[in-house]
Amino acid sequence: MNIEDIPRRRFDALIIGAGGGGLRAALQLAEADASVAVVSKVFPTRSHTVAAQGGMNAALANVLPDNWHWHMFDTVKGSDYLGDQDAIEYMCRAAPKAVYEMEHFGVPFSRLDNGKIYQRPFGGQSQNFGGEQAARTCAAADRTGHAILHSLYQQNIRAKTHFFDEYFAVDLLKDEQGNVLGAYVFDIHSGEEIIIEAKTTLIATGGAGQLFRTTTNALINTGDGMGMALRAGVPLQDMEFFQFHPTGIAGRGMLITEGARGEGGYLVNAQGERFMERYAPTAKDLASRDVVSRSIYTEVKEGRGCGPDKDHVMLKLDHLPEDVLQSRLPGIRQTCITFLGIDPADKPIPVYPTAHYTMGGIPTNRQGQVVVPVKDTPEEPVTGLYAAGECACVSVHGANRLGGNSLLDILVFGRSAANHIIQYLKENRFHKALDENTIQKAYDRLHRWDDTSNSNGESVDDIRRDLQKVMEDNCGVFRTQDVLDNGMEEVSKLAQRLKNASITDQSELFNTARIEALELENLMDVALATVYSAAARTESRGAHSRIDYAERDDKSWMKHTLYSSEDRKLDYKPVRTKPMSVVSFPPKPRVY
Amino acid sequence: MNIEKKMSSRVTSELRWRCRRGMLELDILLNGFVEKKYTQLSADQKNTFNEVLDYPDQLLFDLFLGHMESSDNNVSELVQTIRQSASV
Repeated sequence: MNIEDIPRRRFDALIIGAGGGGLRAALQLAEADASVAVVSKVFPTRSHTVAAQGGMNAALANVLPDNWHWHMFDTVKGSDYLGDQDAIEYMCRAAPKAVYEMEHFGVPFSRLDNGKIYQRPFGGQSQNFGGEQAARTCAAADRTGHAILHSLYQQNIRAKTHFFDEYFAVDLLKDEQGNVLGAYVFDIHSGEEIIIEAKTTLIATGGAGQLFRTTTNALINTGDGMGMALRAGVPLQDMEFFQFHPTGIAGRGMLITEGARGEGGYLVNAQGERFMERYAPTAKDLASRDVVSRSIYTEVKEGRGCGPDKDHVMLKLDHLPEDVLQSRLPGIRQTCITFLGIDPADKPIPVYPTAHYTMGGIPTNRQGQVVVPVKDTPEEPVTGLYAAGECACVSVHGANRLGGNSLLDILVFGRSAANHIIQYLKENRFHKALDENTIQKAYDRLHRWDDTSNSNGESVDDIRRDLQKVMEDNCGVFRTQDVLDNGMEEVSKLAQRLKNASITDQSELFNTARIEALELENLMDVALATVYSAAARTESRGAHSRIDYAERDDKSWMKHTLYSSEDRKLDYKPVRTKPMSVVSFPPKPRVY
Repeated sequence: MNIEKKMSSRVTSELRWRCRRGMLELDILLNGFVEKKYTQLSADQKNTFNEVLDYPDQLLFDLFLGHMESSDNNVSELVQTIRQSASV
């Protein structure tokens, strides 16, 4: 097929990804009478936002005294001072409005007896800049993500947003000046390819938890938007910061909440030793997440792991009274029965650290514009390109995200990006002409997988499995220079192997093998960004915790990493420590 | 590849894609079931499975994790079969 024959559709705005960030932006745009297309590889309400059960933070002060400035302090401190304070101020100020908006869109927030929105306390929340516990998280029972996603989807249907359900975005399309003008996509059902021309494009494709063997993320979280950005010449920011949770079900990934250890559960190795007593004699099993995660890793690495492959440790709850398990940890009990066929009242649970949240991503400013360094300017907007949510790095989470801030992030910056797009559309009323080379590149990337001459190439499944193992071993919770250097080498080898991989399914209809191959290409690019960024940062900050550089080093490292695919080059830019209107929070030790 | 085989591989691909959900728990349960057990279902059970795939993720999660039970016996039985296959 000639690229001239590929059908073209035109929209004011193209949104890639239909989670909360993408749908919030789409709604704002559709209500402003822009023509909006949303491309999503899965049906929109099956996006990963649905898994966010916790809630969203906003200083409503419905339960305890609160204000946005305290929320801002907690977020800056939680980010280990790597978060941009202007963006954090913007988000915390906008939070109450974001909650009320969602309520008006139909989210049934849980209520207090006085009718106000209920708010629960969460880790990292304080009153009065580090004082008493605050209660800041608004939730729709334990299904906040589901409620938000469904409300936004229904609102978008009402507002006549155009959905391309089960379409896969291959690459961004540009003109000769580098302006982003849409994307090359195909219909997963029929294989039909389409060029979507758009005056503006917003990437909202979520995180990349599938980088790791053990993850809480769904299979769809393959960093597609981040891969697209890298291939379009946009660097990724702060990719070394990936949040891990110490106790995921081994080999499966889903979370066993800290509450299990809070209720008296403890970890043991193959010898039945309560090993946390050695690593954290005082806090033991309730030590901070990174300490517990690293201890589990060390036990396994040193041969004291459990199971036939000695690849996990055990979380014991069987000494707790059954009524405690049933009344306080019912979710855990059901999860274990369903996925392991064991009742934690009788047997211990096999656990291992699990990858949870991508703090880094596509660099943006607080209007959602993607920004890149150009000559001496660290943050020059890429015309026509926006990003929001977990795929973006605005950066409100810095080195570590606080619970309850991710749903807030997607809603605040999805809306903010849309507002900037609306302004842009007023000033740019016509479509710019596409560069045919950029279309050809996307076409070639897709059709490289049609090549049957290499039918003996390696399997995509094997390479993905190897990548997830290498990333877990070499860029997970245990980081030293040797481990990370080895990771760079191993991921580079895998990237080379991927070039020789092939797929046997050549059908046009529902060719999931081809999609998995394209997803793996995205994961590979993101893996390189992650391990190269991590190997270079010789300090411990937030989720990036290194054995050989145990301390935070503000003098050398209070800066954002920028990784570019071209030559796998690293660059840095300063943290925006100046808020919009208040005094900056200077770095302090992050102790709780 | 004959037409029948081609059709059946397409059906499996389509089914596998419908099993891609927003939650890891559902990915594991549904994909594992399709890989291991789906072909052993009767035609009626296959229809029920396809109907269940149209449920919202949160509802599926509640059914599979035992937070809720379906009043439809066919669905209830299928949910039990899927749960049992996950823990093997």
